[in-house]
Formats: sequence, C-alpha cells, structure tokens
Amino acid sequence: MIRAVDGITLQIPAGEFVALLGASGSGKSSLLNLLAGLDSPTAGSVIVENQSLSGLSREQLAKYRRHTVGMVFQSFNLIPSMTVLENVELPLRFAEVERNERGTLAMNALEKVGLGGRLKHRPIELSGGEQQRAALARALINQPRILLADEPTGNLDSRTGTEVMELIRGLNESLQMTVVLVTHERELAERYADRLIFLADGKVVADQPNPARTTAGAKS
Amino acid sequence: MKLYDSVELAARNLRESVLRNSLTTLGISVGVASLVAMLSLGIGLQQLASRRLQRSGLFDSIVVTSRRDLRGYNREQEESGPAPAESPDLNETARLKIVNVAGVVEVYPDLRFITDVRFDGKPHLTMVAGLPFSSKDGDSFEGMQGKFFSSEDAHEVILQKTFAAELMGKPTRGPEEINVADVARPLLGKQVEMRYTEREGSVQDAGSYSVISHEISLTIVGVTDLDPDSMRGSARARLFIPQKLTEGMRPMQAYDMRASNGVTSNEPIYSNVVARVSGAGKVDAVEQAIKKLGFNTFSILDATKSMRRFFAILDLFLGIFGSLALTVASIGIINTLVMAILERRREIGIMKAVGASDADVRGLFFAEAGAMGLLGGVCGTALGWIIGRAINFGTNIYLRRQGFPPEHIWAVPIWLVAGALGFSFLVSLLSGLYPASRAARLDPVQALRYE
Repeated sequence: MIRAVDGITLQIPAGEFVALLGASGSGKSSLLNLLAGLDSPTAGSVIVENQSLSGLSREQLAKYRRHTVGMVFQSFNLIPSMTVLENVELPLRFAEVERNERGTLAMNALEKVGLGGRLKHRPIELSGGEQQRAALARALINQPRILLADEPTGNLDSRTGTEVMELIRGLNESLQMTVVLVTHERELAERYADRLIFLADGKVVADQPNPARTTAGAKS
Repeated sequence: MKLYDSVELAARNLRESVLRNSLTTLGISVGVASLVAMLSLGIGLQQLASRRLQRSGLFDSIVVTSRRDLRGYNREQEESGPAPAESPDLNETARLKIVNVAGVVEVYPDLRFITDVRFDGKPHLTMVAGLPFSSKDGDSFEGMQGKFFSSEDAHEVILQKTFAAELMGKPTRGPEEINVADVARPLLGKQVEMRYTEREGSVQDAGSYSVISHEISLTIVGVTDLDPDSMRGSARARLFIPQKLTEGMRPMQAYDMRASNGVTSNEPIYSNVVARVSGAGKVDAVEQAIKKLGFNTFSILDATKSMRRFFAILDLFLGIFGSLALTVASIGIINTLVMAILERRREIGIMKAVGASDADVRGLFFAEAGAMGLLGGVCGTALGWIIGRAINFGTNIYLRRQGFPPEHIWAVPIWLVAGALGFSFLVSLLSGLYPASRAARLDPVQALRYE
C-alpha cells in the first residue's frame, strides 16, 4: 500500500497563509484533498474548526465543502459547457440560494476579480489567467473561511500567475481568510506565504515561518 | 439542490449532447407509441363490442318471471325467497314496483300470440309480438327498410323479411337469400288484417273473463332484416306491432288458461316482463332488487362478464407486447446515462468539489432520465395516436370496400394518455436509478483526476 500522506501532525491557525511545498508525489495534493474533505484518511483525523471531518456523513462533508472551504485547481476545473457566470453560480445552486440573489452574488464576485465583462463567455474563450480568476470567484462565492489552492499558477505565465497570487494574498489579508497553497515553486511560496511546510514521501520534513516575509514584515 | 435547478441543469446537459439524447428520446417515443397504439386498439375493440352489445338491447335487459310459473323451475327458481305459492303475481301492480327499482328505465310485459294475418285475402299464420318504442334506438332494426312506428300506439306493423317474402308469395328459402329491399318495396304502405282474441275481465267475478275475437287493420311501415332465430329482439316473432297498442288490445295469452287457476282478481297476469336498465353495469344490482320483490330474473350478464374477461386478457397481452419496446428503450436510457457518466466524470468531480452532495448528483441524473422519459412519453403518445388513427383509417377503407359501415376500432381515452406519460416517466426514472446512484457514488478525487 502506498502511503501518500504519512504521520503528519499539523496545526494551521485561522487567518494563516500556509504553503505546502514538495516535489511531485510528495503528498501535498493528497494532504490538500484531506483538508478539502474530498478524501478521508485511513487513520488519524482532520479537525477543522473543532470538528473532525472523519465523523461527518457524506452529506455533511458536501455541506462542509460548500460553506467552509473553497478550492482552486491548477487546471481551473471550470465546466466547459457553462458560461463563466453559470460556473460561478454553481456552488450557490447547491447551497439552494434563490435565482435572483444567485445572479447578483455571482456578478459581484466576477466584478471583484475583474471579469465583469466576460459573464456570458464560455471558459474556453477566456485566457488562462481569466479562467483562474473565474475559478477563484467560484471558490469564494459561498464566503468560505478557508481557501485551498492546488498549484493555482501551474498553468499560468508568470505575469498572470502573479496577478492571481496577489488576489489570493489580498483575500487573506483583507478577510483574514486561511489559505493553504500547494506549490512546487519555492519562490512563489516565499513571496506570499506566512509559513512554509516542506513535504517529501508523505512526511513533513520541515515546517517553518517564511523567513522572507518575516524579514519583509520587519522591514516595513 | 432545488428541483427546478436540477431540471434546469438536466435540460442544459441534454442539450449538450443533443444527437445522442434525441436518439434515446426517440427510442422511448417508439416504445410509448407501440404501447399506446396496442392498448388503444384493445380499448377501441372493447368499446366497439360493448357498444354493439349495448345497442342490441340484450345486455341491459332483465327478463322477470313469476315464481308461480313452474316451467323453468330447475333453471330459474331461486332457492331463497318466498315459495312459489306464496309469491306475488306478475301483474300491473308488480310492474309498477319493478319500474320503481333504481336503475330501471322501463318495464314492459312480453306480449306475444300466434294468430292469422290476412294479406290480399290470403291467411298467414305467424307469431306476433309487441315491440317497445325504445327499440328504435337499438341496432336490432339496423338495415330495416321503411321506418319505425310513427307513435307508441300507431296501427302499424313491422315485418320480418321471411314473413314479408311469404306475404309476397315467394317460395320460402333461407333468410340470407332474401333481399330486404326487394321484398319491402311492394309491401310498404300496404294494409294487413290481423285477428286476435281479447281477454275481457268480468267485473262481477274475480278470476273469470270472457274471450272476444277482434280484427284490426294495420299499415306495413317497415321490413326488417332481423333473423327470427337469432337471440336478438323478441325471439321468433315475425310480425311486430307497437307495445302500447298490444297492451291496449289485451290479447289472450297462451298462459292465461293456466294462470286462471290461481288468480285472485281478473287483472291480466304476465308470463314475463322485461325490465330495461340504464346501463349494463347496473344489471346485477337491479336483478338482486327484483329478486327481493319475490320474482325470478334472468339476464345475459354472464356473457358480458366473459367478454370483459376476454378483453382484459387481450389488453394485457397487447400491453405486454407494447411494453417490450419500452423495455428496449429503457435500456437505451441506461446506456445513454452510463455513457454520460463516463464523459462527465470530471464534471461530477468538480460539482462535488464545489459542494454538490450525493443527492444533488443523483437528482441531476434522475432529472435527465425523467426529462427524456417525459419528452419521449409526449412524443410517443402523439405518435401512438397517429398510428391508431392510421389503423382506423385503413380499416375503415377496408370495411367500406367490403360494404360495411365505418367503425371506431381505436380509442385513446384520457386515462391512457395520462397512463402512458406516467408509465414512460416511471420507466425512465427506474432506468436512471443505476446510472444516478453510480454517479452519486463517484469518488471526487478520482473523478477530478479523470481527463
């Protein structure tokens, strides 16, 4: 049996921006899926806001994913047959928000990420950066307290990658939203995260505050 | 997720693979159409048979006899109820009681007698029967030449065609060789003289009566194709006169002699009366009510029972054959939806990642199956209706060529439409059961990895 994540003990305080770093197959995405409630551990537990995810039913897990966490992925994961607006509205449908309210909320979210003019476009008609911003708007539409980002800049050029990361950092700072960023780019992690956690073979090999940001913070 | 959201998303998904989903829906349509066409044919034939039987006047009639009449003891005598000697007479008083039974439309005594009829100075012996005016609406006189009696007690007569042929002096051959129109043409409007014996009650002495011979003149108004040996109409009579006229004549009946031994008044006693009921369905209840009055009854309800059973079996088999096509169509739904799961695996993963529950995903696939079922049901019912009309049209062309009047052999009652829609919807939902639960159980991590 392969242990994707093995013997990890971590505590992430609310409002922290954490980067999970490691090479491919180090277990960082698996750890993120556990935090997202998409996967469940064979042993051990994931406790979010004093609630153990392993004690939740499938229905309760869906509710958790709907309201507590928001996810963005490397490949954006927008539904190609839906317009940008419909994609962003989707979590609100599952949350049973009324149609009118849903439209307004989704439009506002898209305005905030600078896509107010692309509401009726399909994902394929958007650039990578725009797609990731739409995905971010979708992740945030239900006002989650935790944002889980799995290589969000992996498919973007450095300029648009920076734009997206700036957006995420801004959310972390303005809304005190907890952010868990999975990346293999150390530079990116050092630029935005408060804390760097290094994984290898499913284990934590280092867990440290981001020296770059602490110094930057001390400097400012 | 709310139902209308599921439906909206389902509709969008169906539009995305429009060709495949249309073909699946077409499959359901064909299945529903075959079901509707088969059943509408079965129902149509049943209605046709019921209609013909209803109009024949046999199935809504009850023959009431007195228990005092011991001739049919073994056949008709009820074991319960009053003993023959204590049972009431079948007279006018009894007739009025029977008329008042709920569901009874009319009651008339079965009056018939054998007599001489003179035409062109020559005597002819025949059985004469009273014919109630309500027979006009039945189909016993379908194909009759001339017209029905002009009033309830008109001095008019309708002849059976073999008797008409006899009056014409034509050699009596089989009834099928006689053309009604040929024998009717020279006879209509002509007069016949009919002898009969009146039974006149004595005022002084109950139970005694006089017998007086009369002769009346009657105009021939119609010649009927009715076969006297068939069960239709007043059996074996070859000459019919209006029922009211017959009753007014008070003709001596064959059983008057026998009945005179037991009567306590000189009121005429009937051998049997016929009670006509408002519908074949009420025959049973009315029969029971009449039996309670102390009479014996007889109806041909059992024959309708076996007819209904036959049609129930026919409908069942037609339904099974029709359903086979729908079963094939439902496999089409399963196939389409299972394919859709494979194609939309990643989409399902995304939905789950953004908060869709198992029930949401299941509901979505159910809605897709249901939408295909409902749409297929609507198109299929319309198609079945068109097929039925085509069958009806074709059959009527054939019937007309064979010299028969057109018939309605096909019927789509509203319950069949509703039933077909409901059934197709239900079958589709059942077909969606497996794909939907499979989609709902999909592991989101695996699904998101799927390219």
